[in-house]
Amino acid sequence: MKFVDEYRDQAKAEALAQAIARITTKSWSIMEVCGGQTHSIVKYGIDELLPQAITLLHGPGCPVCVTPLELIDKALQIAARPEVIFCSFGDMLRVPGTGGDLFSVKAKGADVRIVYSPLDALTIARQNPGRQVVFFAVGFETTAPANAMAVFQANAQKIPNFSVLVSHVLVPPAMEAILGAPDNRTQGFLAAGHVCTVMGFEEYLPLAKKYHVPIVVTGFEPVDILQGIFKCVEQLEQGRAEVENQYARSVQRTGNRPAQALMAKVFRVVARKWRGVGEIPNSGFALQDEFAAYDAEARFGVAGYHVDEDSECIAGQVLRGVKKPQECPAFGTRCTPDRPLGATMVSSEGACAAYYQYRRHQQTSLAAGKRS
Amino acid sequence: MCLAVPGKILEVSGSDTTRTGTVSFGGISKEACLAFVPEAKVGDYVLVHAGFAISVVDEEEAAQTLEYFRQIGELGELEGKP
Repeated sequence: MKFVDEYRDQAKAEALAQAIARITTKSWSIMEVCGGQTHSIVKYGIDELLPQAITLLHGPGCPVCVTPLELIDKALQIAARPEVIFCSFGDMLRVPGTGGDLFSVKAKGADVRIVYSPLDALTIARQNPGRQVVFFAVGFETTAPANAMAVFQANAQKIPNFSVLVSHVLVPPAMEAILGAPDNRTQGFLAAGHVCTVMGFEEYLPLAKKYHVPIVVTGFEPVDILQGIFKCVEQLEQGRAEVENQYARSVQRTGNRPAQALMAKVFRVVARKWRGVGEIPNSGFALQDEFAAYDAEARFGVAGYHVDEDSECIAGQVLRGVKKPQECPAFGTRCTPDRPLGATMVSSEGACAAYYQYRRHQQTSLAAGKRS
Repeated sequence: MCLAVPGKILEVSGSDTTRTGTVSFGGISKEACLAFVPEAKVGDYVLVHAGFAISVVDEEEAAQTLEYFRQIGELGELEGKP
């Protein structure tokens, strides 16, 4: 496929890995923010191509993983109602709530459907005027324009039986929370290419300056990721802390303006709770008042529900790059993709699930994040 | 979750918030909303996420990324490093 295959070229990837080794003189810890990048890194063994001095930390870049337990529980409560058709992206269905997951609710007879696009949920609502159709609107900035459009069209086309359970989170506030934490290990970031496709990268300029960290907007294929790492290491070695754009074939400085305009019309910025991390100010979206009628939490009376998280799961530390998945005593034993304790083991983009799929037979020498 | 796949626009219909296109992903065609890429036209490659095109792929920049390793490889030789 054009614009995919050529960025998986082994010779180019190896040339970049050699170039990284050539310029590296000190130890550096770099965090990739996006779960899609984490998956690529572990799948292709990109971290194992790098010199020992470079450690890749896997950030909180999987919306499935950071959706708080209480929102999963709200989804389960709403989905179980007989009048509801509950629509979701597929990877949310196995995320464990307090009392099961969406699959288990479906097994008990609930009408839970996997959709590819939020507009598919809107079509289902149009076709089923006697039912309540709820879409689980999770995601980062990449997905927000799509979800905003579904709400905007529901309002424009007067589809009253449609609503959204909003769990939208924003990347830059999470990066700032990581950088500001006392146990922070991150010295440079690979920023998420598709988040920046929508938002541009101007909001990273003050972060790079304030915390003196290089931030390289990076794509998702092996050649992209290695080039992003090269640019990041180059800055670290030279003592620079700038925002660079590796993924210029998709990302422009100011992002996608029409998408941002619709997001601003439909959503407002609010504090959001991140699973395993806690509440971060100004780190997510809720519906604007004009669209409040489409808020599933209000429509189904679940807005006031709160719950605490499992204490054994170290997903919060994994998401902040403080620990690697194998450092968790439950990894691969009491916690597996079939019976996950936390969401980082559920989504294929979660660090724990990626390590389980590609790395679980390796010895614990990897646990310290180093290659032998 | 933030996966976006590049595809080629075969057809465009509608306008404004209902602008839609048929997009080919390596031979498999799917409908995608083109409302956020008003500049996209038939023959362009767009990155599609959750049924929405979020950018038009810049072919010049795409080619430059693939040449980057050559640039830094040459740089290493110029600097005389091993």
